[in-house]
Amino acid sequence: MKSIAFAVVTGVLFAVGLLVSGMTEPAKVTAFLDVTGNWDPTLAFVMGGAILVHAPIVRLVRHRTHPIFDVRFHWPIQHAIDVRLVAGAAIFGIGWGLSGYCPGPALVGLAGAAPAAVVFIAAMLAGIGFVRLMRR
Amino acid sequence: MTVWAILRALGGGALIGLAASLALVAHGRIAGISGTVGRALDDDGGRPFRLAFLAGLIATGFVAAVVAPQAIGASVRSLPALAIAGFLVGVGTTLGNGCTSGHGVCGISRGSGRSVVAVGTFMLTGAITVAILGASS
Repeated sequence: MKSIAFAVVTGVLFAVGLLVSGMTEPAKVTAFLDVTGNWDPTLAFVMGGAILVHAPIVRLVRHRTHPIFDVRFHWPIQHAIDVRLVAGAAIFGIGWGLSGYCPGPALVGLAGAAPAAVVFIAAMLAGIGFVRLMRR
Repeated sequence: MTVWAILRALGGGALIGLAASLALVAHGRIAGISGTVGRALDDDGGRPFRLAFLAGLIATGFVAAVVAPQAIGASVRSLPALAIAGFLVGVGTTLGNGCTSGHGVCGISRGSGRSVVAVGTFMLTGAITVAILGASS
């Protein structure tokens, strides 16, 4: 029960971070990507602030054997830089620039940016389902 | 770009970093949104964490829509464009195993080479897309 409460709070913190930072405003995101036009680099500080906090924690946690509520850490197991990684990231970037939405901000905007964010999330779920079906 | 906007970006980013840290320290999980959504229902022991995390994230958005609607900006594109974009984001993040949070925040913080390559790639194709289409349409 405590572990579920922690997970909910984690989601709330993440969403508040997105809302405070400006990531939930698609116009800010496209302005951030508009390098050749009227570029607004502000959102680079979001990633900067997040890494500044998270990177030291990762270093501290690395040598521990298990997290509080689990018997082990679920670190990503893939290490190869392959075509799938680059192609996937490239396709994601096109969708990001096209909409100004990445997955988190679109989920947070479901109510406040309806119907746009709802359409985006429905299509995103379809895209996720499509790749997962192909993989089987 | 104003000082206030930079402080907001830094502060909001710090909160995101804090959330990612909590996910790791408490649950041993990577707080990448695309993976959390894509594997939400997978029966691998992480389902309760993922569903509770997403519930908190989405519920906060519903509260914000009432108490701070200005923080949720309007869409800059048409609905058909958003449908295409959403599909591309779903396909791309599943193939590439991550998005702005999984690769951009968690992966870079871990010093992952895969994430550095992914972030460089999606920043580049995102910028090219906006260079072609403009920042709004």
